[in-house]
Amino acid sequence: MNAIRTLLSQLFQQQASPESQEWLQNKLQQVETATNNRSFYMAFSSAPRFLGKAPLELDKTLRQSIAAVRSGLDLSNWTIDQLGRTIFMLHLPHENPADFAGKLKLLFETADMNEQVALYASFPVLPYPELFVHQTTEGIRTNMTVVFDAIALNNPYPKEQLDEDSWNQMVLKAAFMDRPLYRIQGLGERTNQKLADIVSDYARERWAAGRVVNPELWRVVGNYLQDNLLEDIKKLLKDDHPLQREAGLLALSSSTKEEAQQLLANSETKPTMGWDELALAWWKDR
Amino acid sequence: MSEQLTMIIDPHAHMTSRTTDDYQAMAKAGIVALIEPAFWLGQPRTSVGSFKDYYSSLVGWERFRSGQFGIKHYCTIGLNSKEANNEALAEQVMEILPLFIYKEGVVGIGEIGYDDQTELEDKYFRAQIELAKEAALPIQIHTPHRDKKKGTYRSMDVCEEHGVDPSMVIVDHNNEETVKEVLDRGYWCAFTIYPFTKMGNERMTDLVKEYGSERIIVDSACDWGISDPLAVPKTAAMMRERGVPESSIIDVCYRNALEAFGKSGQMKESDWLENQEIDRTQKFLGNSILRGGQEPTISDNTVIN
Repeated sequence: MNAIRTLLSQLFQQQASPESQEWLQNKLQQVETATNNRSFYMAFSSAPRFLGKAPLELDKTLRQSIAAVRSGLDLSNWTIDQLGRTIFMLHLPHENPADFAGKLKLLFETADMNEQVALYASFPVLPYPELFVHQTTEGIRTNMTVVFDAIALNNPYPKEQLDEDSWNQMVLKAAFMDRPLYRIQGLGERTNQKLADIVSDYARERWAAGRVVNPELWRVVGNYLQDNLLEDIKKLLKDDHPLQREAGLLALSSSTKEEAQQLLANSETKPTMGWDELALAWWKDR
Repeated sequence: MSEQLTMIIDPHAHMTSRTTDDYQAMAKAGIVALIEPAFWLGQPRTSVGSFKDYYSSLVGWERFRSGQFGIKHYCTIGLNSKEANNEALAEQVMEILPLFIYKEGVVGIGEIGYDDQTELEDKYFRAQIELAKEAALPIQIHTPHRDKKKGTYRSMDVCEEHGVDPSMVIVDHNNEETVKEVLDRGYWCAFTIYPFTKMGNERMTDLVKEYGSERIIVDSACDWGISDPLAVPKTAAMMRERGVPESSIIDVCYRNALEAFGKSGQMKESDWLENQEIDRTQKFLGNSILRGGQEPTISDNTVIN
């Protein structure tokens, strides 16, 4: 926890103007010594007007060093006010979980759009992470794309904390909202039978309506390629679009099932790229 | 080369009660930004939680929803006069106001003022004036529809009693009886253009011709009743038709609202001008969003309202 606090504070010093730094230090003192929550709520709320909203500038080295301190932590879509807000949260006195959760509860109940983004994206670095699971499942119901993205994309929290059903709901919602699935951490690892079946049903629904299915989705069928799913993959292999066919081949290649292996062996073409590459190619034209 | 009205602001629009059809029409007609005042919902709220969630939606969901159509959404937050007469509840609402007035997109305390001009309405009007001063936010005043002249003058008197600078106050729902006094005393003078009743856009055009465009603002106050979300673009069209100078039209349909509410520091032209890569997260069902630069459609019977 202290390593994260130090990391984020250093990052802030590196990215923020001298005036912003002074403002933050000032507010931090108030937050740390306050007897009630008012100064925290005011500091949190007013962060963008004093820090601006510029995106963080992170080169590869910085991104790597961040991930080294906290695995999976990805700040590439964070803004400077978001960083400031997270630092405030990390400096909140939190003697026990209930106390900490209590302070953040009102924040959630009154958060504007960007505050929601900051809150949800901060879960991977907050103390007592298990406290925020329910809030996350509620947050996934949002129709505000930016808020949904803060939860689901470039964030290690869902793969680490959500139970299977909640995880599946998130992936399905991401498909519904047409989000870039490759940015969901753990998409290819947290596979399960239920999710594979959900994906199959979803794809068939889309196909019946003459709609396109994001080929990234097939990444989650993992080693569940049998019955209905095998039929789906066979359909994919005959698709007009090269990336759909590629998705079919990739799905086959990650399966140890005999029939899948057989199909792959008999296929004239083999996979030519990985899932990430496929995703980037897909999103490039959209 | 003289200026042309290409961008419109509607500084009084209750979008929580309007459909996406309205957003689409507003965007197409050139509205680039709007301000949604906090108001009542048609019947009185009975608990502070309703207020809290409503304010939350103004700075959260409704702001997002508006953005999906390419219209920048701002709001004013406050305890309105119609709900100020339940003292116990009003006290609770006053307690939560500070949680919201510093949120992004909040450009004033509003819409506050008098409804029946009761003592309690007066109490909470004054309390919120003080809050506005503390937060350095403009005040958006709802003038009563009944006993309007007295209520309007009284609203200004009270602002002055509290030492508020008139240039920080937008007096709304004006008419021929109130306009002169409001303008003479240095306040922003807003007019709500309603179809059929109250102020119509023919009368508005006459008012601008008589008083000029300084500190005059036009809005729709579209809400859950019969009202027109295109009132501002239509009024602009009528003014043009009837020979009001283009720069005056720009003043009353864009510039003055921007200047008045811009004093909050939370609303700048660059918000909608800046190269916004309309990124996919802001698109609604994959449609691209029209932003400004379009003339409102004019057809015979739809211009006069």
